[in-house]
Amino acid sequence: MHWDVVWNNMEYFLLGQYPAGPVGGLALSIILAVGGIFFAFWIGLVFGLMRLSKRWYVRIPSIVYIEIIRGTPLLLLIFWFYFLAPILLKRPMPEARSTLAAFSVFTGAYVAEIVRAGIQSIPKGQMEAARSSGLTYVQAMSSVVLPQALRNMIPSFVNQFVSLTKDTSLAFIIGVLELTRAATQVNNRTMNAPAEIFFTIAVIYFIICFGLTQTSRYLEKKLSYRTSGRIRREEIELLEDSFEAPN
Amino acid sequence: MNYEFNWMAVLTGEYRGWIIQGLLITLKISAISIILSLLLGTIVTTLRMTKVRVLEWICLSYIEFFRNTPLLVQIFFWYFGSYVIFPDSVNQWLYAHDYEFAIGVLSLSIYTAAFIAEEIRAGIISIPKEQMESSRATGLSFMQAMSYVVLPQAFRIVIPTLISQFLNLIKNSSLVMTIGVMDLTYMTRQIESYSFRGFEAFTVATLLYIAISLIVSFFITMYNKKYLRMIRY
Repeated sequence: MHWDVVWNNMEYFLLGQYPAGPVGGLALSIILAVGGIFFAFWIGLVFGLMRLSKRWYVRIPSIVYIEIIRGTPLLLLIFWFYFLAPILLKRPMPEARSTLAAFSVFTGAYVAEIVRAGIQSIPKGQMEAARSSGLTYVQAMSSVVLPQALRNMIPSFVNQFVSLTKDTSLAFIIGVLELTRAATQVNNRTMNAPAEIFFTIAVIYFIICFGLTQTSRYLEKKLSYRTSGRIRREEIELLEDSFEAPN
Repeated sequence: MNYEFNWMAVLTGEYRGWIIQGLLITLKISAISIILSLLLGTIVTTLRMTKVRVLEWICLSYIEFFRNTPLLVQIFFWYFGSYVIFPDSVNQWLYAHDYEFAIGVLSLSIYTAAFIAEEIRAGIISIPKEQMESSRATGLSFMQAMSYVVLPQAFRIVIPTLISQFLNLIKNSSLVMTIGVMDLTYMTRQIESYSFRGFEAFTVATLLYIAISLIVSFFITMYNKKYLRMIRY
């Protein structure tokens, strides 16, 4: 076993050539994941709302986007952006940026489904009551329905973030110097410790993803307790009690 | 955008052959991995249900570890590390046969089985406890009760989610191109580098993947409509 190879290159795994050169390794993986989920959130919010529209010319494009992206392997999507971007922009695009675009568009489709499910989980009465109190559709959506729905969606968002973090390893394929690429570089250079290197890389990913998964489970429990039917029924009973005339 | 599309370049002759070959490899590696991951997932779930502390702990750590690490890293781990992990005889056998394909099947199955194990467990939990208790009371052993009473019912409930796991597996199988398995994605990449007809090749491959997933989701919807409503507890 050659664990010294792993320890000698740990800084390269975590930061790449950072102080001397561009950021790489785990730091770049995290940047890609955080950036990807940020853009994916806005894309997903727009397409999720479009998906629920009653107008077919708004709904259909969103369905097409979601179904196409969900049926395509991420690897192919990365190739699409890698080869298409230079032709569309008429200038070369850095690999890291084109994978970031691919991650955002890919995760956006999944976030759109989360947003749709989240909004559908809010009782219809909320929207109806908000509309009948004089709010417009946009006002009712943005200040009544969405705030409640978004809170329920938090665990699913965290899960999506976990799978995006794992997926950033695919940026490897077009030469982005993130954690997996750094590992293969060190492996190609040293040649004598492949199992040790990739096991260490797996553990690094595991620490981050498992931590996030546990957070999501904790949030799920906390949120489901607050919104569970039991609580609501108690609140309703309290309300009913208060309507009864005191003796 | 000044790119001349030439569909005939990809849809005829040698390149069409490559795409068909790649598609067949993708379907083959997916089919084998689906069967193996289903087997492994069922075994892991059953072991986890035995209430033996050590077994439970081993299964749980397997599930958590493989769910929370990227498939690509796992593929590289098995591919580059196999000479340390496996005994020599296994390695010799693998080298003599299709090494890349075998490693692809191995990593896909082990990765997907961790997800499938969780799905099956959710299915088993949804079966009322009395089913297990009454079959144990009639004299069946744990294994018999599991395989004749609980698992058949659980599977029927879990089928839709299992199928969407299989869909993920088919999409994930594109990653085996990194170790040189000549699947659909590998072939399109190769067409791109031979002929610069990248967009045509990528379009065809994307459409093929989407077609597979649309066909499968159609069957899930049909199944949901037809059978799932009949199951009530």
